[in-house]
Amino acid sequence: MREAYKLIFERSIQGHKGYDLPALDVPQMDKLIPDEYLADADLELPEIAEIDLVRHYTNLSRRNFGVDNGFYPLGSCTMKYNPKINEEMPALFNNLHPYADADTVNGALELMLNVDKMLSEITGMAKCTLSPAAGAHGELTGLMIIRKYHETREDYDRKTIIVPDAAHGTNPASASMAGFKIKEIKSAPDGGVDLDALRAAVGPDTAGLMLTNPSTLGLFERNIKEVAQIVHDAGGLLYYDGANLNAVMGVVRPGDMGFDVLHMNLHKTFSTPHGGGGPGSGPVAVKAELIPYLPTPVVFENECCGGVKLDYDRPLSIGRVKNFYGNFGVIVKAYAYLLSLGRGVREASQNAVLNANYIRVKLKDVYDIPYDRICMHEFVCAPTKEMIEKGVVTNDIAKALIDRGYHPPTVHFPLIVHEAIMIEPTETESRETLDEFIQAMRDIAKDAIENPDKVHAAPVTTPVGRPDDVGAAKNPIVKF
Amino acid sequence: MIPTDRKYTREHEWILIEDGIAKIGITDHAQAELGDIVYVELPEVGDSFACGDAIATVESVKAASGIYTVVAGEVVEVNEELADAPEKINEDAYETFIVAVKVSEITESELISAEEYEDFIAQEA
Amino acid sequence: MKSYVPNTISEREEMLKVVGVNTMDDLFSDVPEDMRLKAGLALHDGMSEIEVRREFLRLAKMNNTDLHIFRGAGSYNHYIPSCIPQLLSRSEFYTAYTPYQAEMSQGMLQSIFEYQTFICRLTGMDVSNASVYDGATAAAEAVSMMFQIGRKKKKKVLLSGGLHHEIIEAVKTYAHCLDIEVVIVPLNEKGTTDVEKISELADGASGIIVQNPNFYGCIEDMQAASDAIHAQGGIFTAYVNPMSLGALKRPCDYNADIAIGDAQPLGMPMSFGGPYAGFMACKKDYTRMIPGRITGETRDSEGNRAYVLTLQAREQHIKRQLASSNICSNQMLCAITASIYLACMGPVGMREVAMQNIQKAHYLADGLTQNKHAKLRYNAPFYNEFVIDTDKNPEVINAVLKSKGFMGGLPLGRVIPGDKTGMLWCATEMNSREEIDALICAFEEAVK
Repeated sequence: MREAYKLIFERSIQGHKGYDLPALDVPQMDKLIPDEYLADADLELPEIAEIDLVRHYTNLSRRNFGVDNGFYPLGSCTMKYNPKINEEMPALFNNLHPYADADTVNGALELMLNVDKMLSEITGMAKCTLSPAAGAHGELTGLMIIRKYHETREDYDRKTIIVPDAAHGTNPASASMAGFKIKEIKSAPDGGVDLDALRAAVGPDTAGLMLTNPSTLGLFERNIKEVAQIVHDAGGLLYYDGANLNAVMGVVRPGDMGFDVLHMNLHKTFSTPHGGGGPGSGPVAVKAELIPYLPTPVVFENECCGGVKLDYDRPLSIGRVKNFYGNFGVIVKAYAYLLSLGRGVREASQNAVLNANYIRVKLKDVYDIPYDRICMHEFVCAPTKEMIEKGVVTNDIAKALIDRGYHPPTVHFPLIVHEAIMIEPTETESRETLDEFIQAMRDIAKDAIENPDKVHAAPVTTPVGRPDDVGAAKNPIVKF
Repeated sequence: MIPTDRKYTREHEWILIEDGIAKIGITDHAQAELGDIVYVELPEVGDSFACGDAIATVESVKAASGIYTVVAGEVVEVNEELADAPEKINEDAYETFIVAVKVSEITESELISAEEYEDFIAQEA
Repeated sequence: MKSYVPNTISEREEMLKVVGVNTMDDLFSDVPEDMRLKAGLALHDGMSEIEVRREFLRLAKMNNTDLHIFRGAGSYNHYIPSCIPQLLSRSEFYTAYTPYQAEMSQGMLQSIFEYQTFICRLTGMDVSNASVYDGATAAAEAVSMMFQIGRKKKKKVLLSGGLHHEIIEAVKTYAHCLDIEVVIVPLNEKGTTDVEKISELADGASGIIVQNPNFYGCIEDMQAASDAIHAQGGIFTAYVNPMSLGALKRPCDYNADIAIGDAQPLGMPMSFGGPYAGFMACKKDYTRMIPGRITGETRDSEGNRAYVLTLQAREQHIKRQLASSNICSNQMLCAITASIYLACMGPVGMREVAMQNIQKAHYLADGLTQNKHAKLRYNAPFYNEFVIDTDKNPEVINAVLKSKGFMGGLPLGRVIPGDKTGMLWCATEMNSREEIDALICAFEEAVK
């Protein structure tokens, strides 16, 4: 089973073709473009018949693993089931040109406004922009809004964003890209924000605080009110990283927690597929006073004559962050999900939290659980001291899970837990699936102590064994 | 053994100052924590840095570590060897400097002795 | 109400017991009491598939997608081979996450490696990333890359005035945060970037982005622009239409340092503006500066060829605030779309489709300018788009055409303030001669 699979470039046979165009039906004209602008030769592309092309990609897909193949408890990524009706709906809009006349796109605009309203309700905010193409893009957009807010108030010294050390790596990277300095604060012993550290960190340079709640440890920030108070009193704004929103929908809203601006990941919380790394969508929602700063264009109800319009006349806007209006096709899928669930989003969150706690309780006697209390939609565990003494580390446990048919959890994150294993089951998994996974984790824990060599050898069932990452990075080969 | 001919920082860097030129590298403990080093991002000779600036970055497959300088001044030399052989740092961290800076200012409070550094890493573990 | 939760109520109760709590609410005891949502969300009850479908059909009917399209301006109506949507529906691809676990993600990793190779062959560059969000963000990332290549010393960047206005706007948004000054190089009367102005403005600039064909459809003298910026030590970034490269010179031919663009023409539906994919490629020297994901070839423990995400320490999840970009995702499924499209077309198909675009656009331009009311604005050679000036209000012409079933050229006044006479037209391989002839007739009626 272990063998390399030919690249599409290695399948090329001269003269084969996979396309078919009608013959040119207009009179052919010569010399339309001067030779100096024309390429000297054809592109070096493979020549493949349609059937060989179809088999190539079909077989490549079989060397991959998605939620439809099996349990995928990847922490902070919310790998929930991607409902199939979502996938069918975008085709209704495939032929809609982004610059089609306003009177021919009313359905698309109403859809965007409806998604905006539903997301605003779920998060307790006033208004959304659907432009950002991904979570990180949303973060950047949100931080630009914070920057513009302070600039508009001529509060130019507010150049620092405070980020807890447990934050997703994107937080400081986005803040840096938005032109901020980053002040990192350590977490308290219970995994929450250290209030004293926060008090010491805020000041006249504070532009805002970025926080994930629940945190990347899967814990709800119990002192959230105090946190909000400290930041607001210092003149800063609160940014909510919505990566973990799946824990709290219908239970508590970021807007009610005191957050001023946030992003969501439609590809996490709202069930649109991750697509192997995209396309996603990262809407940003804001409180009323930040609406003027949203990126252009903004979708509004057309007050004078009914319907929905795209508003470009936004003098305080941060400007445009993407071409056209966002990843519309992804927004369509999220709308299908929002329609399907409605208020059912609360049930989704409750069960996401229940599933995570169920696994936590059933693994606590065999794995180290550094913050062992009721968790939200995910929790962090780690190999025990005994396992590490036998030379079994997190990476080995991950690879052993692969052999048992599971996608491993997120590993080595958050950074504040040594050898972290972050498990997020989501609500769409049955108890039976969870029980089987728990048994696999327990079997691996047993092997780790009794037969560590077996764990080190994993994975053995995959098309390739453990790859040489160091060789790849030292001597990059990035094309055929 | 941790060489006693130089100073250290709590960010696991070593600084060896001779004739007003500070050679900067990372400690053996730091290279062990990072694992196989695959790339070192170097400044250019002539670039100037203030105390606290990231003067270079050391990258392994799974980690990246900024070298935040505690000395301000102009870069007078970079270790060109690291471009092709970043693993030199893994092989001998104390014999492999990363950059050399003509010192214009030092944050003395950030510097500790070899003995203090040894205690520091013992505590951290 | 549904939530795609498989467990029954009694199973949930048993699980709550295992956890050691009585109710679902007990799981949220960390949430301050007065903060919890008491009233419930003001949303509807949830819908069955039949009801969801009904709502979508209602919305779809409010759009008009039956018009014959003669409009481009950044989103193009091209043929999408049937194998593309079929292959994209493989859920092993679309329900996967980023391929961090290489052993079980070889399919995706190899697909990215192939995509990178396709982009390198299309542009003639050495290194490609695994794609970024779209053409506009590719341009913004290119500005940041040029800034880094200039070792963050040159706080100015030039953009050709022929770049799509939305790209210029997006770049300005990003550049503001990096404190980089954006200077627009105007077009000359031929409709192409004024190369002398590049030389005048290049002092202290990290580089320039020039779009080819530009927003107005004109084919730029990329060699001259490239030479002008290089003469002053700047970086040349070419923003290209990937389909046009079946016929036109490629970025490597005119010594571009960075090649970017939007991959939408390569098999992606217009879909009201997204999702598309931005492609980014560069010369080998700049490998470390290119943002986003990159897949590399390596060997596994048994010596087999294998693929991994590589050079990851450049990226945000490891480098955090030291990273030069915050980008985490790529547009993987859209990138695979582009790969399948290029494999499907092959070298001959790419030449043929590009040539058909050129032929049909010229046939259309000739037809539209047969009367005395309309003339071509620019005399530069063009690919599949061109600007026509008329002596009648473009919005009026547009309305007449719409009533006859056509989406005519874009009235430029909508996007370029003060442009009262221009319409930006586009023809592709999708427009048959019969359709073009009918449009020309309707246009003649409308401009009279």
